[in-house]
Amino acid sequence: MRLTVNGQEAEVDVEDDMPLLWVLRDELGIKGVKYGCGIAQCGACTVHMDGMAVRSCQVPASAAEGAEVTTIEGLGTPDALHAVQKAWIDAQVAQCGYCQSGQIMQAAWLLDMIPEPSDEEIDRVMSGNLCRCGTYPRIRAAIHAASAAMKEA
Amino acid sequence: MGRARTITRRAFLVGATAIAGGVAFGAYIVRRPLDNPLASGLGPGEVTFNPWVRIDGETITLITPHTDIGQGAAHMQALLIAEEMDLEPGQFVTDFGPPSAAYYNTAMADELGAGIAATSPISADVATAVGGTLLKVLGLQGTGGSTSTPDSFVKLREAGAMARETLKAAASAETGVPVADLRTEAGQVILPDGTAIPYTGLAARAGEIAPVEGAPLRDPTLWRYIGKPTLRLDIVPKSTGTQLYGIDFVAEGMLHAAVRTSPRRGKLNSYDATVANGMRGVVDIVEVTDGVAVIADNTWRAFQALDAIAFDWAPAEYPAEQDQHWEAVAKAFTDGPLNAVWRNDGAAEEALSSGEIVEAEYRAPYVAHQPLEPLTAVVQVNEDSTDVWTATQIPRFLQPVVGSVTGHDSDSVRVHNLYAGGSFGHRLEPVPVRLAAEIANQRRGVPVQLTYSREEDFAQDYPRHIAMARGRGKVADGKVTAMDISVSAAPVIASQASRLGYAISGPDSQLAAGIWNAPYSLPDFRVRAFEARGLAPVSSWRSVGASYGGFFLETFLDELIHAAGADPVAERLRLISDPVARKVLETAAEMAGWGTASEQGRGFGVALVESFGVPVAEIVEVRASDAGVKIENVWVVADPGTVVDPVNIENHVQGAVVWGLGHAMNSEITYADGMAEQTNYHAAEGMRLYQCPEIHVKVLENNPILRGIGEPPVPPAAPALANAIFAATGERIREMPFSRHVDFV
Repeated sequence: MRLTVNGQEAEVDVEDDMPLLWVLRDELGIKGVKYGCGIAQCGACTVHMDGMAVRSCQVPASAAEGAEVTTIEGLGTPDALHAVQKAWIDAQVAQCGYCQSGQIMQAAWLLDMIPEPSDEEIDRVMSGNLCRCGTYPRIRAAIHAASAAMKEA
Repeated sequence: MGRARTITRRAFLVGATAIAGGVAFGAYIVRRPLDNPLASGLGPGEVTFNPWVRIDGETITLITPHTDIGQGAAHMQALLIAEEMDLEPGQFVTDFGPPSAAYYNTAMADELGAGIAATSPISADVATAVGGTLLKVLGLQGTGGSTSTPDSFVKLREAGAMARETLKAAASAETGVPVADLRTEAGQVILPDGTAIPYTGLAARAGEIAPVEGAPLRDPTLWRYIGKPTLRLDIVPKSTGTQLYGIDFVAEGMLHAAVRTSPRRGKLNSYDATVANGMRGVVDIVEVTDGVAVIADNTWRAFQALDAIAFDWAPAEYPAEQDQHWEAVAKAFTDGPLNAVWRNDGAAEEALSSGEIVEAEYRAPYVAHQPLEPLTAVVQVNEDSTDVWTATQIPRFLQPVVGSVTGHDSDSVRVHNLYAGGSFGHRLEPVPVRLAAEIANQRRGVPVQLTYSREEDFAQDYPRHIAMARGRGKVADGKVTAMDISVSAAPVIASQASRLGYAISGPDSQLAAGIWNAPYSLPDFRVRAFEARGLAPVSSWRSVGASYGGFFLETFLDELIHAAGADPVAERLRLISDPVARKVLETAAEMAGWGTASEQGRGFGVALVESFGVPVAEIVEVRASDAGVKIENVWVVADPGTVVDPVNIENHVQGAVVWGLGHAMNSEITYADGMAEQTNYHAAEGMRLYQCPEIHVKVLENNPILRGIGEPPVPPAAPALANAIFAATGERIREMPFSRHVDFV
């Protein structure tokens, strides 16, 4: 099976129904994507597939074949941050940080769809991403800050 | 101090939670300086001055032995050393270090001492000193009880100062310039002519001289980091997916395992792995204590194969059904045993023997920890040693547990601590790592990673201890005059200690925490705790006993204040005997604009709870409508004495409020057929973003003793919410989770 992850092609020998999450983590060694619940209840495994935020624990490997998959590592790097990552750093959102890859991927997609989201729109799009540390106030603030920064850019 | 007496062995055992297990207890061991674990294994040209600093020709490593479970402990510890050592961020790396008695937690003595003093004739000062000695002798290295900052605040700055002065002495020896003419800046010793020698260039020479002891600490006015906003060292990795957590650790040739042990915490009768054996990727199926593990080439394949195994589990040793758990808790009020009379001011029993009595009963369920990173550990069993890579709050306790499985002595079990994706008390348990060792021991020489599925993690979570309270009280002339609160709860410390191999009995300060230590003075105030034994195994859950004790005390007090016709803030202020707590509540009331008229369907609720030495006041504002209750604002004021990092503390306080509110709203673990009924986050989710109110934080610094903040803002959240719901709807909620009684928007 051939996958395209963060712009790179990869050949994997996996079952059709192996979730993309585990293909990424255990077969390709891409660890920024996290396992949290396995049933689309927490959002820690969120990646982009053809530009859309998806829960990679629910995407069978066969469905990802031929799609452009982007993980947090492909969104930006410490040396070349995405605007959302920059806002996350400036607001010091993370505590344990385990959910934040998923939060950031979800927020980046939100801002692609709605460049200047209202609080209500943020609530609607971000509430599937659980943060057990409770960093929600900072997530809200960082999304607004990223929105403002992207508008200026 | 007048109450201090000679501490006999008996008094100690009665007063403290007695630890049976052969502790060598003598002046020699107590006074002996602890060995520096960094001293062995130093390379050529490498130097260590104390257990927290290691320098070689290229790298400065700061050891941060308190586990980072999301609270920012690594950053905080490094900051304290860097403050005195004159290091800039980026000039050093951090490492959690090896398990060592040298990292014993000095601050746990405060909580231990307070508990001893409350139930024995020993004064708090003496009890704390005794507690400190015990911790040192045990070499108790642990992260918990909101102690990381209190434990580190002085000793890590001293470690930094010692390193700085020793490096200056080395520079003096190297250049002949007197130490008095040297200064340090940004990781360098600066000579009078401006020449700068990097610390790394002095490592070899520094290794040849004796470390300089007793260097004075800097005056707080000179602090560059403490009390100022700093960028957490882990914030960039955690915002770019590059932070390595326990679950992300990869060893060469590593296999992946999944485990299932009894969901009834009992024995395995039989299992059938015929189907699983033939599944793709399965390397082996092995037995472990009370369960079975699949070893495979991929985590998902291990999960799949495990699901294909048929199990027959023996019945639970605790009651099978949740109703029976509640019955047992209720029964302990009369049948006991009595754990302790934790407070007995005046004569509450007599005062409440006649006249009009206000009575109420409260419940707090089992609740799961469920940090987002599931339990995980990588274990490799070698010929003469074992390596363990995991995120744990108890690295030293794991050594004998793992060693007993792999046949190695504790010193040969190397525990490599890693960043944790949350914990909340979940990683205080040895069992998951023991199981990982049992699995790896059956593939010696090969590293094996055990990852819990979320469902297994829920099933095996040792939840917050179940509890009930019965309150009796009296009001007169618009005032609350008497309170008698009895708590019945599962003895949490005994349950937890049993899994570490300790048999503990005696007063457990966590059964009625948040109540007996309340900063209130009433003429008649009694607090007792009873032990509900034989129930499900339980463990410390963020803020431990105060997580429900605060709910019991502050909702019952609210009922009494209402019965007295008094104002909830004004009456609490009248009852407060401690000026630090008074200021906390006054400030919260000011911030919230307490006392202003509120419209229909809007309600404010207040609560003040002290836990781990930190008084915290919270005021919650809710709006109740046909759609349900919506939490709109929370004002929270805490006083931990000194703020090390104002940004991190705000984030942390907000998170603790979210934790306290979310679980009070919708989370519990209930048992049916001996098994937890909640299997994943859909059934116990806590708060989600759309429910999160505005959380306004203010931190005061009047507390004379520096304390930690990880837990104290949790306990007031639930009662403040319950009291706000009463104010808005007239309904008293006496049971968590509140979703049993109200709908939330």
